[in-house]
Amino acid sequence: MAWTRKILRVNLTDRTCASEPLNMEWAHDYLGQRGLATKYLASEIDPKVDPLSPDNKIIWATGPLTGTMASTGGRYSVVTKGPLTGAIACSNSGGYFGAELKFAGWDMVIIEGRASSPVYLSIENDKVELRDASHLWGKTVWETEGQIKSEHQDPQIRVSCIGRTGENGVLYAAIVNDLHRAAGRSGVGAVAGSKNLKAIAVRGTLGVGNIANPKEFMKVTFEKKKILKENAVTGQGLPTYGTQVLMNVINEIGAMPTRNHKDVQFEGARKISAEAMHEPRESDGKAQLVNNQACFGCTIACGRISKIDATHYTVVNSPKYWGASGGLEYEAAWALGCANGVDDLDALQYATMLCNEDGFDPISFGATIGAVMELYEMGVLTKEEIGIEAPFGSGKALTFLTEITARGEGFGKIIGLGSKRLCEKYGHPELSMSVKGQEFPAYDARAVQGMGLTYATSNRGACHLRSYTISSEVLGIPVKTDPLTTEGKPALVKAFQDATAVVDSTGLCVFTTFAWALSDIQPQLQAACEGDWSMEKLDLMGERIWNMERQFNNAAGFTRKDDDLPARLKTEAAKVGPAKGLVSGIDKMIPEYYDLRGWDTEGRPTAETVARLGL
Amino acid sequence: MRVTLKLYASLSDHLPDEAKRTNEWPMEVADGTTVGDLIDRHQLPKRLVHLVLVNGHYIPPASREAHPLVENDVLAIWPPVAGG
Ligand code: SF4
Repeated sequence: MAWTRKILRVNLTDRTCASEPLNMEWAHDYLGQRGLATKYLASEIDPKVDPLSPDNKIIWATGPLTGTMASTGGRYSVVTKGPLTGAIACSNSGGYFGAELKFAGWDMVIIEGRASSPVYLSIENDKVELRDASHLWGKTVWETEGQIKSEHQDPQIRVSCIGRTGENGVLYAAIVNDLHRAAGRSGVGAVAGSKNLKAIAVRGTLGVGNIANPKEFMKVTFEKKKILKENAVTGQGLPTYGTQVLMNVINEIGAMPTRNHKDVQFEGARKISAEAMHEPRESDGKAQLVNNQACFGCTIACGRISKIDATHYTVVNSPKYWGASGGLEYEAAWALGCANGVDDLDALQYATMLCNEDGFDPISFGATIGAVMELYEMGVLTKEEIGIEAPFGSGKALTFLTEITARGEGFGKIIGLGSKRLCEKYGHPELSMSVKGQEFPAYDARAVQGMGLTYATSNRGACHLRSYTISSEVLGIPVKTDPLTTEGKPALVKAFQDATAVVDSTGLCVFTTFAWALSDIQPQLQAACEGDWSMEKLDLMGERIWNMERQFNNAAGFTRKDDDLPARLKTEAAKVGPAKGLVSGIDKMIPEYYDLRGWDTEGRPTAETVARLGL
Repeated sequence: MRVTLKLYASLSDHLPDEAKRTNEWPMEVADGTTVGDLIDRHQLPKRLVHLVLVNGHYIPPASREAHPLVENDVLAIWPPVAGG
């Protein structure tokens, strides 16, 4: 329903909930979700605020196409100042929660202050209240969702909540909805936990309205769905194999960060790939993958539903894990597997289930374990300190460390700090494979040069989803570029960053862009939203959103030196594969990138850029 | 000479049973065999031959027909796929 034009503002300190009109002028400049929520946040908090203090705010935000019949129109974002990085944090989730929030009549929920005791926010259309959550504190995501539904005697309630890690201040705690869909990165769950906010539970029955041109919208969304269906990637590749199909691709091109980025190929990759998830296992003759699953309104359905081997050592005595559950996605399989040298598919499935069950980011967690294993092999960390022998390749260590991190016990508390703080604590800051304190995802910056620039300049710390140049550099979408060269990459990265900032603000899933260009999204916006939504306007908007985030980070204290990669990627060359002998050319790319962006040499938008973008 | 053909995702169906669990199919081929020759010989459907790598290096569609393989080359092929 395009915008509902209503915001719910909740002050936890005062325990007040108030409705206010959406600032439509801002909606026309920043659209929704990522863009609009960041505009609100940046206007309302001091960028220097302690992310875990009551003065930080956290916003759940839908986009104008959330809840509509546009394909994948079910997304929402959680925007706050992130505790892992101290930078702007914006994490995007699918599932059904976002659409339900829209059906209840709200574009956004802005949470302020800190409750004196645990609460959850209950929304039933206009009926909004803060309820006691003392009995939910200490419960997992899965228990919380079940209990809220049973208390309200309504199985159709949608719940977006934190698990124990969010309560315990794990700096990469996630916010999870629909059991295994997560606003996963940058520690948004720790911010909710710091506010004593356990969950938002929403039931909306107001349906869809407010579409500017309903007839045209039906027509154009139907046409665009056809493109998704007929495209080989979104119509067949993603639904059948999910994102995990990349495991063998990335390994083959020698861009697989392995054992804390010591290597660029993992000999066990095949055993933890999409192909392995599809084949019958020896114990029961069944494949781990059960079926695929779609988020609200999605005609792609890339989600994985898997069943772990019930005889696996991790679950043999825990029947609660035997049923079908959220399965491995590529980033999780990489971080839990390759980053640690672990090739036990069921150990990875167990670890990913715990990440869902207690709400923490498998990327940052898995990459942190990579650093722990390297420190263990160096003799800096001992079995006594960690609680287990933890060499690279130990599935037992991985699953044990996942359990104690989920529960906040022993060495798990230190793992919960993330790799940057952990490596600093043990005197080896150089071993944290992160940018701005956030861990890398699953592509090696030596073998895919554009991704190095993507990581270094991402406004939320290392992240693949801010400009997924893998599309172009590896998969040839929309055009193939050479992953090994830095040439042309600053322009490529900028183009991806700006376009993605728009997609992330619409309510649609970025995976549509394997088949759609921004020009396929534009007519859907034009039909749904009143006013002018030309390509020129959208292009400028993407740039505006990017620069707004950058200004927030600059004001928070980030400078040129924070747009950098760990020394390992700049000095230790790839040992094998097409990138053999190469390091990241990040230092070459940054000046050109700043120049293209209209920033000064310190990475600050110039007065001219600020004026051009209307910031 | 000896080369290895790797087929992934839905192209795995074209592998012999003994290669299905590894996706790797080592084989003897005549000197001078090209990427295009191997694609034709194993009747891989053209619409599924999308991402083609030799030793991890991308081979653009226009060069595939004539790209010669040499001893120990690894030819890996995927249908259109993506992730993230
Ligand atoms: S493509 Fe995948 S992640 Fe995106 S909306 Fe569809 S199922 Fe969800």
